Amino acid sequence: MTPVKTKKAWELRLYVAGQTPKSITALTNLQRYCEEHLKGQYVIEVIDLLEKPQLAEGDQIFAIPTLVRKVPEPIRKIIGDLSNEEKVLVGLNIRPA
Amino acid sequence: MSKSSKNKSTPSLYPQLAKSPTGITGLDEITTGGLPKGRPTLICGEAGSGKTLLSLEFIIRGALEFNEPGVFMAFEEKADELAMNVASLGFDLKKMQAQGKIRVDHVHIERSEIEETGEYDLDGLFIRLGHAIDSIGAKRVVLDTIENLFSGLTNQRILRSELVRLFHWLKEKGVTAIITGERGDGKLTRQGLEEYVSDCVIVLDHRVIDQISTRRLRIVKYRGSLHGTNEYPFLIDEDGISVLPVTSLHLAKQVQTERITTGIPGLDQMLGGKGFFRGSSILVSGTAGTGKTSIAGYFAAETCKRGEKCIYFSFEESPKQIIRNMHSIGLNLEQYLEAGLLNFHASRPTLYGLEMHLVAMHKHIKRFKPDTVVLDPITNLITIGPVGDVKSMLIRLLDFLMEEQITVMFTALSLNTIVNEQTDEGVSSLVDAWLLVRDIEYNGERNRGMYVMKSRGMKHSNQVREFLITDEGLSLVDVYLGPDGVLTGSAREAEQLKEHTGQALRDYALDRKDREIMRKRKVLESKISSLQTEFESVEEELNKVYMEEELRKEVMEKNRKEILKLRRETVAEKDEATAKKPGKKK
Repeated sequence: MTPVKTKKAWELRLYVAGQTPKSITALTNLQRYCEEHLKGQYVIEVIDLLEKPQLAEGDQIFAIPTLVRKVPEPIRKIIGDLSNEEKVLVGLNIRPA
Repeated sequence: MSKSSKNKSTPSLYPQLAKSPTGITGLDEITTGGLPKGRPTLICGEAGSGKTLLSLEFIIRGALEFNEPGVFMAFEEKADELAMNVASLGFDLKKMQAQGKIRVDHVHIERSEIEETGEYDLDGLFIRLGHAIDSIGAKRVVLDTIENLFSGLTNQRILRSELVRLFHWLKEKGVTAIITGERGDGKLTRQGLEEYVSDCVIVLDHRVIDQISTRRLRIVKYRGSLHGTNEYPFLIDEDGISVLPVTSLHLAKQVQTERITTGIPGLDQMLGGKGFFRGSSILVSGTAGTGKTSIAGYFAAETCKRGEKCIYFSFEESPKQIIRNMHSIGLNLEQYLEAGLLNFHASRPTLYGLEMHLVAMHKHIKRFKPDTVVLDPITNLITIGPVGDVKSMLIRLLDFLMEEQITVMFTALSLNTIVNEQTDEGVSSLVDAWLLVRDIEYNGERNRGMYVMKSRGMKHSNQVREFLITDEGLSLVDVYLGPDGVLTGSAREAEQLKEHTGQALRDYALDRKDREIMRKRKVLESKISSLQTEFESVEEELNKVYMEEELRKEVMEKNRKEILKLRRETVAEKDEATAKKPGKKK
């Protein structure tokens, strides 16, 4: 597939539950990858389920932390602290597998 | 003494395990009150064994009957699908969701969408579940089936530790939870969930024996509570799940001394003149074509005649067939059917398994509330289950009927006459009265004989009666006990005729003898009278002689006196003294 490179082509959502070490690791990892590969083309939305538990159902969240790629379609999910860069990039389809 | 009395009153002394009633027929009975309150219960079984339905019913009934809202977390089916599934059972899941009684959360795990990198936990699930619980104040939770997590996620180590945490968390939340699990090889569940859930484990099973499937339920473990340990059959029908305890645990039933008539006067006569006890069970067994159904039909009609209600379960004939056939023996069952006193239920035994039959009967009986029940014939049930199963089913039915004080009549076909002492279903020891109808083949014809094998608690006849089925109905006739043994049918009639002839002949002979005696008497009597007259004449003769003698004596005396007198006159007075002497001598 060929992602259409428009402005803010990447909408990412990171679900966390409070400021746990795993969540913090995941967020820092994500920000690092995005800066490296998608500079200026991404938005990261962090949702704390402890504050908004009702949002968990909508994106079918069961593991924490979960990264959801909302745009571009199709929706992709990556769970875990995102410590494996290769997997994250492949998972987000930034880099072809 | 004091110890034992203390033990008996323990329920009030120590807090016991609180239970959460399921509202599912029979399940609360075998768990003595329901599932452990505030603890997780594992329900496992193969695909299609009814896990989801059981857990869903637990939630729905909890919300409807016990006012305990519930959360159903589905890992397999979507909320819409679930709603559709229970709609067939008459539950409106959507409405209950709208009313805030139930919350269905579908957790969708799609492996192809998910990538795992690094450490994670299932806090998302916890939060979701916690939110669902808190939003409706749920007391009950179902996770169906959590094992799907294992197929969606690869990190087993995390999953297992998270599961342990989940069950602890559920306990802390104080919700009564059901976790379902698919059955695995050699283990209760594929992922060994039983290691985590240890308070109560229920196994569901779905077996097909001889092409007939039976669902079974067993409580493998239930910590801190008594429970039935057997495999209990259960079934799923339009009213949901019904679990059937195999037997009632105690034999403490009410009994009645009231008697009800069988509808056949001759049979009543054999049973101490009054018929069966109300609430008792009667078995009518016999070979093919001996009139078992007719007896049952009479019994049913008699019940209706009293204004009571009767259910007739037929496993062989259709209601119309029975009605038509009963017409031929002068029984009009249609009128009772129209009056609503009689209820027919005909079903092929192979239509469904034994348990389904039992439950169907239960339901009909509960609904119709009959005074008597007829099962015709139970032998056909044997085609759909092993003898042991049929027996246990009949025991349960009997228990239930006795509890309800319903008189029941079974008919059973004995396959051959040699083993007619035993019915195939082995229910003979369970029933209160057992009538046996058998063929008596003699002299080129077949007749029916009936006798009472047993009848508990009443005096009953030990005689074989001939059982007649005529246009006017059924009747029992004394068999003819002749010098050649027991005679029935035309042989009996012939013998009776012969007896009549003999009687007439004897009567005639007797008459003649009587007359002869009369004649003899007359002769003798006339003889006696002639002798009498003879005697009289002889007596008279004798009397005459005697009289003459007397007379003569008198005359002679007179004469002598005369002579004496004359002599005195002639002889001198000197001879006076001498004359006195002869006079003295005389």
